[in-house]
Amino acid sequence: MKITDIEELNKKATEVRLGIIEAVYGAKSGHPGGSLSCADILTVLYFNQMQIDPMKSRDESRDRFILSKGHAAPALYSVLANRGYFNVEELPSFRHIDSNLQGHPDMNKVPGVDMSTGSLGQGLSMANGVALSSKINSRGIRVYCLLGDGELEEGQVWEAAMTASHYKLDNLCVIVDNNNLQIDGTVEEVKSPYPIDSKFKSFGFNVINIDGHNMEEIIKAFNTAKTVKGKPTAIIAKTIKGKGVSFMENQVGWHGKAPNEEEYKQAIKELKKKL
Amino acid sequence: MNLDKKIATRASYGETLAEIGEDKRIVVLDADLAEATKTNIFAKKYPERFFDIGISEQDMMSEAAGLASAGQIVFASTFAMFAAGRAYDQIRNSICYPRLNVKICATHAGLTVGEDGATHQMLEDISLMRTIPNMTVMSTSDDTETRWAVREIAKYDGPVYLRLCRLATPVIYGEAQEFKFGKGIQIGEGTDATVIATGVVVQEALKAKEELEKEGINIRVIDMHTIKPIDKELIIKCAKETKKIITIEDHNIIGGLGTAVCEVLSTEYPAKVIRMGVKDTFGRSGKAEELLSYFELTARNIIEKVKE
Repeated sequence: MKITDIEELNKKATEVRLGIIEAVYGAKSGHPGGSLSCADILTVLYFNQMQIDPMKSRDESRDRFILSKGHAAPALYSVLANRGYFNVEELPSFRHIDSNLQGHPDMNKVPGVDMSTGSLGQGLSMANGVALSSKINSRGIRVYCLLGDGELEEGQVWEAAMTASHYKLDNLCVIVDNNNLQIDGTVEEVKSPYPIDSKFKSFGFNVINIDGHNMEEIIKAFNTAKTVKGKPTAIIAKTIKGKGVSFMENQVGWHGKAPNEEEYKQAIKELKKKL
Repeated sequence: MNLDKKIATRASYGETLAEIGEDKRIVVLDADLAEATKTNIFAKKYPERFFDIGISEQDMMSEAAGLASAGQIVFASTFAMFAAGRAYDQIRNSICYPRLNVKICATHAGLTVGEDGATHQMLEDISLMRTIPNMTVMSTSDDTETRWAVREIAKYDGPVYLRLCRLATPVIYGEAQEFKFGKGIQIGEGTDATVIATGVVVQEALKAKEELEKEGINIRVIDMHTIKPIDKELIIKCAKETKKIITIEDHNIIGGLGTAVCEVLSTEYPAKVIRMGVKDTFGRSGKAEELLSYFELTARNIIEKVKE
């Protein structure tokens, strides 16, 4: 199932984006902007990087992904469905009363979800816990954790960053989805987390800056992270909120809003053109 | 009750944890208080499975969740104030919502922290912890009971909050005492009153029982070590068999043991309940024993309530 061809990966990412739109439109609520911004990163993780098997979603030695910015659940659900953990036709049931696809990921309800998240700032600590366990038991697990840039305003992120470097968690790789927008405005306007790269560097991380929509750069960064010993890696991925749907790109308003029927049709049309 | 042998439940916890530590699934976390919470005993014996997370309790609770998700049995310790108080969201969302196997063993609960005063005297933890779904809440009264509880919760798969204290208290139970998870311990058969107590004040209830016997007043004491799930049957039985129900706890009277007892009786067997506890106020500095007197939580206060 590993995809190495860049064109194929881009196509897969478009399918993931289609799933995001189906989920959010089906729910009539949810967070399309921050889901679309991390779609390429998640596609690389699930189709190119992680040692996983959808048939063995609880295998103790599998690699883990923790979506600390849990509101990007549509992206996680879509990539999991596309990877074969469950049927993509379930995506429109997102947030429905009888659905397992909760508004934020629930590890006990959805196969492939490695950790329940939603309250911002907690995912990196959880990822550290998994990474520590892997070290104690020599399991060779790699742990990936996706943080939002606005989420960096949560103090716990930096408590966890200190822990990760203190315990030399080189099996941990943090990705910051730096789409520059949060609910109340740009991250600079609200409470600037910049400079993100030198912050992580001073907390003892190996830091890599990339374009979070360039498949080659994403793959290269993850491969480099695997070779770094004695410290965790933070990949700062410059992304565009709403990426892939023209009218959603770089618009704060699309953080937590579902498209209406007309917008939905246009989004699907735009995305399908890329297939 | 052996008044000569006194031991703090935090010490019983630390020693027992080191005893059961050969189970390689067990991992212990602390937040720079290992010497006070007594996890340092485990740390010395099994340094490879002890992690000091530093002064960052929120981080510690979510780390515990991560470790548990990978199959470890995690014991996370700090003072009750910083466990149940500071890290409430992490306990709720990282640990309890996914029902992960984390044992929060919170020491220095209640007024009996003593001189450190109000900022360190956690009086709302039973209330906060028992309202979280999937959480089990325990509060032990002596060395023997605590040693049993630590072994018991290690075997149980799911989140537990164990409330422990700084103050050294008398050993109440002998080695032969039988304990059962979720079942209160009834001491005495008296019918004049039932005093339901938990944690450090169980000894006060037992002292009151002895004193009252001398005057021909016979009460029974219930040591309610498991607060959630609470022993409904025993509470109802005592309400039926005795003239008065009194609850006592080193905790705010709102939301704790007394409230839990009222919740049972109000629906199952309506009865008047006299709740003794800290009357919706903060604590203050002083010696532990002085504080119990100041906040009217001693044997003498119980005797007054029984006689009222």
